[in-house]
Amino acid sequence: MEREDLIKKENLVYSKTPLLTDTTMHYCPGCTHGVVHKMIAEVIEDMGIQEKTIGISPVGCAVFAYNYIDIDWQQAAHGRAPALATAVKRLNPYKYVFTYQGDGDLASIGTAEVIHACNRGENIVIIFINNAIYGMTGGQMAPTTLLGQITSTTPYGRRSDLNGFPLKMTEIVAKLDGTCYVTRQSAHTPQAVRKCKKAIRKAFENSMLGKGTSFVEIVSTCNSGWKLTPVKANKWMEENMFPFYPLGDVKDR
Amino acid sequence: MKGNEAIAYGAIRCGCDGYFGYPITPQSEIMETLMEQQPWESTGMVVLQAESETASINMLYGGAATGKRVMTSSSSPGISLMCEGLSYLAGAELPCLVVDVMRGGPGLGTIQPSQADYFQCVKGGGHGDYRLIVLAPASVQEMYDFVDKAFTLAFKYRIPAMILADGVIGQMMEKVELGPVKPRRSEAEIEAECGSWATTGKKPDRERNIITSLALEAPVQEKFNMKLIEKHRKIEENEVLYSTYRTEDAEHLIIAYGSMSRIAETVIDMAREQGIKAGLLRPITLFPFPKKEIEAFAQRVKTMLAVELSAGQMVEDVRLAVNGKIPVHFYGRYGGMVPSPDQILEEFKKNIN
Repeated sequence: MEREDLIKKENLVYSKTPLLTDTTMHYCPGCTHGVVHKMIAEVIEDMGIQEKTIGISPVGCAVFAYNYIDIDWQQAAHGRAPALATAVKRLNPYKYVFTYQGDGDLASIGTAEVIHACNRGENIVIIFINNAIYGMTGGQMAPTTLLGQITSTTPYGRRSDLNGFPLKMTEIVAKLDGTCYVTRQSAHTPQAVRKCKKAIRKAFENSMLGKGTSFVEIVSTCNSGWKLTPVKANKWMEENMFPFYPLGDVKDR
Repeated sequence: MKGNEAIAYGAIRCGCDGYFGYPITPQSEIMETLMEQQPWESTGMVVLQAESETASINMLYGGAATGKRVMTSSSSPGISLMCEGLSYLAGAELPCLVVDVMRGGPGLGTIQPSQADYFQCVKGGGHGDYRLIVLAPASVQEMYDFVDKAFTLAFKYRIPAMILADGVIGQMMEKVELGPVKPRRSEAEIEAECGSWATTGKKPDRERNIITSLALEAPVQEKFNMKLIEKHRKIEENEVLYSTYRTEDAEHLIIAYGSMSRIAETVIDMAREQGIKAGLLRPITLFPFPKKEIEAFAQRVKTMLAVELSAGQMVEDVRLAVNGKIPVHFYGRYGGMVPSPDQILEEFKKNIN
């Protein structure tokens, strides 16, 4: 059988969602952002809500998310995405509104905005990519950097007496009355991707139910920042990140 | 009503879609009046008390990016916090309204009136080359009227607009004639007006709209800067507003804006009674500044005196316009102190003799 004989519509088992643009991604090989972008694009396609969805991109590696998912986007100042999303949703209650934020954006400079958006119970989706490092600026310590983890600003490893402790944002926002769904996922195996996509879909669906904020943390890798190959990074994540940032739903009401 | 209350009524009655703010004296009555009026029940206007001025200004960014008429208000220290957001709003070419009811500074300063945010609001405040359209009301009526005017200008040029008032105008009470109610625009009207750029949800018949102020490549950024410069030039050409008082035969001119222009009118009358041919020019727009008009006066009058509640900020623009042709003097009070007409007159006479 020739290759051409196989390329037929009836044999098609998978195709890239048209909501992912053909723009070449700037992410490093092995980076989790691309996988999460695809999941979000697929959820929006599956739900048929392209015309009703507005994304808020952060400052950080995902600043250019608007180049990759074919929806209307706003690019926020560093850490302020939940403030933008608050206004977008309040002024346009029939729109699906989500922020896409890294750990520097959400857990450091943007803690006030995320805590208060969650506490007000804004009917938005917050996607939180936690790779425990600043990727875009070249591998500095993030609030979520693990103790002992080497970064360019903790070259001998993070020390609690010098640098404080890693911040568990997901557990914090789960305590707030305004959140309805808080979960921690990963995207490093096909099984994890399936679970994560389901969580993202649920979060999007929640935003029309008036139940409050949905918060999806995705524990991720940063091969360049961690200075590990994609395979080794996944292993390091399983061995070091997951024990401190355990996966699963933290809150679902 | 109070000047601050007039802002709130102006917002509700001019079709404002959303107010996002954080309490700070001397302008808290704006949000208090809005909360009391509950416009979400009548016009559907959203009113939200944010967690900080930083959040408020970024809520404006989000709301403006969907084509809505959104506004915030604050006073000097709060405006400092908003300057990052103002730069982003200007960089993303988003129309919105920010009201600054100025108080004395620097730092936490005082809650009394001041005009010391002129540099911050007229020249920038945030980073990068940008301008705001800045309107300076001198009465409670203008606090009301300028809300709609500012929104109209902001949308005409896709630029943030500011009402730069001071604690006197915010707190004083005057009669106000309420203009006709302008309904909020429908989704279809917003789509028609802003659909080419606003994030209203990607339609099949258009490319996705992206609101951003980011351009990593220098030639792209420079091209954008040139676009802004051209926008500012057009605004300077078309939108200058000012008023004059008894200037027909004036030999000596006072230049003052906001509450100081009100006091200066009294000074002009007093000076005239003493035989001094005095007149007043009041800039209504601070950007665009009435440069040409002041330049023209420099050909006719012998001296000018700028009066401000600051250590001398607007006076720099006056001197640039006059360009050394005649002496430009300055009289200012600071820290929340407001001069009496007698004090200004004394200073005025010192410089003309």
